[in-house]
Amino acid sequence: MSAVARALWRRPRLQLSLLLAGPVGWLVVAYLGSLAVLFIASLWQLDEFSGKIVQEPGFQNFQELIETPVYRSIVFRTVLIAALVTITDALLAFPIAFYMAKVASPRARALLVVAVLMPLWSSYLVKVYTWRIMLSNDGMVNWLLDPFGISGPGFGNVATWLVFSYLWLPFMILPIYAGLERIPNSLIDASSDLGAPNWLTFRRVILPLALPALVAGSIFTFSLTLGDYITPTLVSSTQFIGNVVYANVGIANNLPLAAAFATVPVLIMLVYLLIARRLGAFESL
Amino acid sequence: MKAQRWHWWSLLAVLTLALAALTAAGCGDDDDDGGGGGGGDESATLKKVGKGEGEVDLVAWAGYVEDGSTDPAVDWVSDFEKQTGCKVNVKIGNTSDEMVTLMRTGNYDGVSASGDATLRLIAGGDVDPVNTDLVPNYKDVFPALKDQPHNTVDGQPYGIPHGRGANLLMYNKDVVKPAPDSWGIVFGGADSQKYKGKVTAYDNPIYIADAALYLKATEPGLNIDNVYELDEDQFNAAVDLLKQQRDVIGEYWSDYTKEQAAFTSGDSVVGTTWQVIANLIAADKKSPPIEAILPKEGATGWSDTWMISSKAKHPNCMYKWMNHIISPKANAAVAEWFGEAPANEKSCAETANEDHCDIFHANDEAYFDKVAYWTTPTKDCGDERGSECKDYSEWVKAWTEIKG
Repeated sequence: MSAVARALWRRPRLQLSLLLAGPVGWLVVAYLGSLAVLFIASLWQLDEFSGKIVQEPGFQNFQELIETPVYRSIVFRTVLIAALVTITDALLAFPIAFYMAKVASPRARALLVVAVLMPLWSSYLVKVYTWRIMLSNDGMVNWLLDPFGISGPGFGNVATWLVFSYLWLPFMILPIYAGLERIPNSLIDASSDLGAPNWLTFRRVILPLALPALVAGSIFTFSLTLGDYITPTLVSSTQFIGNVVYANVGIANNLPLAAAFATVPVLIMLVYLLIARRLGAFESL
Repeated sequence: MKAQRWHWWSLLAVLTLALAALTAAGCGDDDDDGGGGGGGDESATLKKVGKGEGEVDLVAWAGYVEDGSTDPAVDWVSDFEKQTGCKVNVKIGNTSDEMVTLMRTGNYDGVSASGDATLRLIAGGDVDPVNTDLVPNYKDVFPALKDQPHNTVDGQPYGIPHGRGANLLMYNKDVVKPAPDSWGIVFGGADSQKYKGKVTAYDNPIYIADAALYLKATEPGLNIDNVYELDEDQFNAAVDLLKQQRDVIGEYWSDYTKEQAAFTSGDSVVGTTWQVIANLIAADKKSPPIEAILPKEGATGWSDTWMISSKAKHPNCMYKWMNHIISPKANAAVAEWFGEAPANEKSCAETANEDHCDIFHANDEAYFDKVAYWTTPTKDCGDERGSECKDYSEWVKAWTEIKG
């Protein structure tokens, strides 16, 4: 035993390797490994009739994705709705988070944190189905709007945007709240002592300091929307990237094309994360 | 410090590559084991049904394998389990495509496959031929269901017919007036603009055949004969019709509960359906009044077949099950519960509603002549046009495009 300890003591690098082997191994196998497999599978192709996978590498799947207009418009729609959801959530979350961090009493703050976290306790499906019922023809939304002579959005892109904005709001509030809480009150006081009106304090002091937190929150809302496929099927008939992947796995059994399409959100997120890193979001996670 | 960090990153990269190579090699091995391709050989077919293996794993449509857990009165599994000692485990497949995927895993003994799945399963080597001599009840199956292109290849039966039905046109009687008699009402023409946003359709590539069926009646210039054998022009016409339909669609339905809910809440008022969904809605007191009809153009439909997996771990129990499910009593019970025409002629004497076989036209070949059973579209048109037709993968791509 002591011989082993002595050997390790003399080789700090070996010691470190053994210590990190577990976590790094997990990272490599579960994350990078599966990404590598995904990419390799995307280079294969499908035999037309039997539906068996032919393992001859080639870029025809990616070519098909680029050349078919419908795939382009699906990518565009997915990114657009993800962006809209992110903006909506940012606008909704900022005032709530600001109130929680700077205005509310400690007691009210605790209650608000619980209230924000509460929706996360119930199942995702329950929430989406509830929205489905509320948005349906004889649902609550139409019932509320009926006296004004208008009707709700029904099922479609608008419903998708609405439901996603609702679902991911807590993921935006919490990072912004954490970010705002770290801004010393003295900075805000100093700003007003120097004669800055409230909006100028907000624009020149609070917003720049909270921006990394905002970007950190947007990583959640954007990536969660980008990867989802259940909400679009339940509250609309529109297709997201995930729906096409699902259809190609379940319906067409065209795994190579599904794998190729699944790499698209990975690439989008990679770009997004690089930009987010530039904006300092990783210090706020 | 910097050098050391590089060291770690390169180690990580090497590990990743090594792992990727390993998994790639591993996947290759897996696939080599699976499936003989081009169907199983004779030797795999059972010669004699022996003692049961204690259980049987099935993939089936909802409502095909009921053991009383949905409704205590609906049970044709418990008796089978008692008599044969084969415990029945069932996995519900929501679509034909899901069933094919499930069967490819090799974890199941048998499947209740529709015609749009059967040929794919046979071509993929996922199912074995069936020795019909080992299924005594097979002799009572309606002759019109035997030796059909979707269940028999080169004279060799690959399954036991279970039952059949048509995809009907359902509408909300309160809203859709006058009562429609044509599929034209769902395809986005002048008739259907009135119901814009309330039209529904089956969310599956095979639905392209429904558009082809309508075109067959309305556009004689296209010369559509078989709605599953569409060449370039015919196929494009059907796809265009469906793109026009996309405009009036509120939402597509893929599983029966979704359509049931949409009709009950009034989100959908007209669209394609199965008899079983119409029955469920009619039984629900909160639902608006609905009607399901076979339009004048005819309809697409299904003829389901029990097939045995080429990797079945419990073949004896599977044969016993195939014989049981088409025995007059069980077949009658399934047909009534699901709302379809039974396969066994003798079932008609066993149904609780003695008119069941008449209602579902079990013995009415003139009715089923108007029904185009689902079958897998292939490149080979099966006629003098040769290999001009669109195969299923093209149908899948077109369906993605139609939905947009």
